[in-house]
Amino acid sequence: MSEFLAQGGYAFFIWSAYGMAALLLVIEVVQLRTQYKAIVARVIRAARLRQQF
Amino acid sequence: MNFNWFKLASPPAFYTLAGRLIPILWGLTIILLVTGLYWGFFETVSQLGGNNPQKEYYRIIFIHVPSAWMSMWLYFVMVVWAAIGLIFNTRLSFMMANAIAPTGAIFTFLALWTGAFWGRPSWGTYWDWDPRLTSELVLFFMYIGYMALHSAIDDVRRADRASALLAIVGLVMVPVIFWSINCPDPNQCAALHQRSNLTKIDSDILFAMLTMTFAFWAYSFAATFIRLRTIILHRDADSVWVRELFTNGGR
Repeated sequence: MSEFLAQGGYAFFIWSAYGMAALLLVIEVVQLRTQYKAIVARVIRAARLRQQF
Repeated sequence: MNFNWFKLASPPAFYTLAGRLIPILWGLTIILLVTGLYWGFFETVSQLGGNNPQKEYYRIIFIHVPSAWMSMWLYFVMVVWAAIGLIFNTRLSFMMANAIAPTGAIFTFLALWTGAFWGRPSWGTYWDWDPRLTSELVLFFMYIGYMALHSAIDDVRRADRASALLAIVGLVMVPVIFWSINCPDPNQCAALHQRSNLTKIDSDILFAMLTMTFAFWAYSFAATFIRLRTIILHRDADSVWVRELFTNGGR
């Protein structure tokens, strides 16, 4: 395991590259979900308000 | 085939279709990512020995090349939708272009970033004003410019048209990036970036690289469709179909 993590001494370069890729894609997915849920909640709220009046 | 393709050009129809496709695309992304990464890290180990041994940092190729390809491909697709929007004045096309831009910008940044961490051990520098690196950086600014221009104009329809035009002008960067390494005279444009030739790549590395490319491609579809659904709801928030969708127990 530690041998795998060391990547023959190039750990810094390999994990910096892979780490940034993982980080950005995870951030994008989380942000997409948050934004989608926010707009759905807004639309549902608006629809309920409309039904009450 | 009596299938009416124009029906899909309406936001309500595409909203539903995208919703059905997203889980499939996520599944595909995960399967391809796991396969590609496993193959890249564990089935290409033979490259470290032999006559022309690679150093471990060659493994950056499995995200670097797919990111670079996606950065150019997504820009091209974005411009196609922007152009269709300008020509036919279809609302969904502009929304599609809008939805692609952030994902394209992320892949462009990743191509530059992973390239820097590959360049440092192999060329001795994180950055150089090499034709390919520079033109890829300009592509990144094109994506940022497209998004910035769109958000700077309050009227959505005007923002759509203005930023679509900017995207089309910026398309000139894609062939420049693509051919920037095949410079006819190396003395005239000293290119640091290696020439690429798929036929010279070891078949295991190629397999992992192509699998990762399809993984990023499926990911781009999934991310773009989620963003598209959000944009559709934003723009059609006050319309009857959206209201009905959420009052009749639909999702």
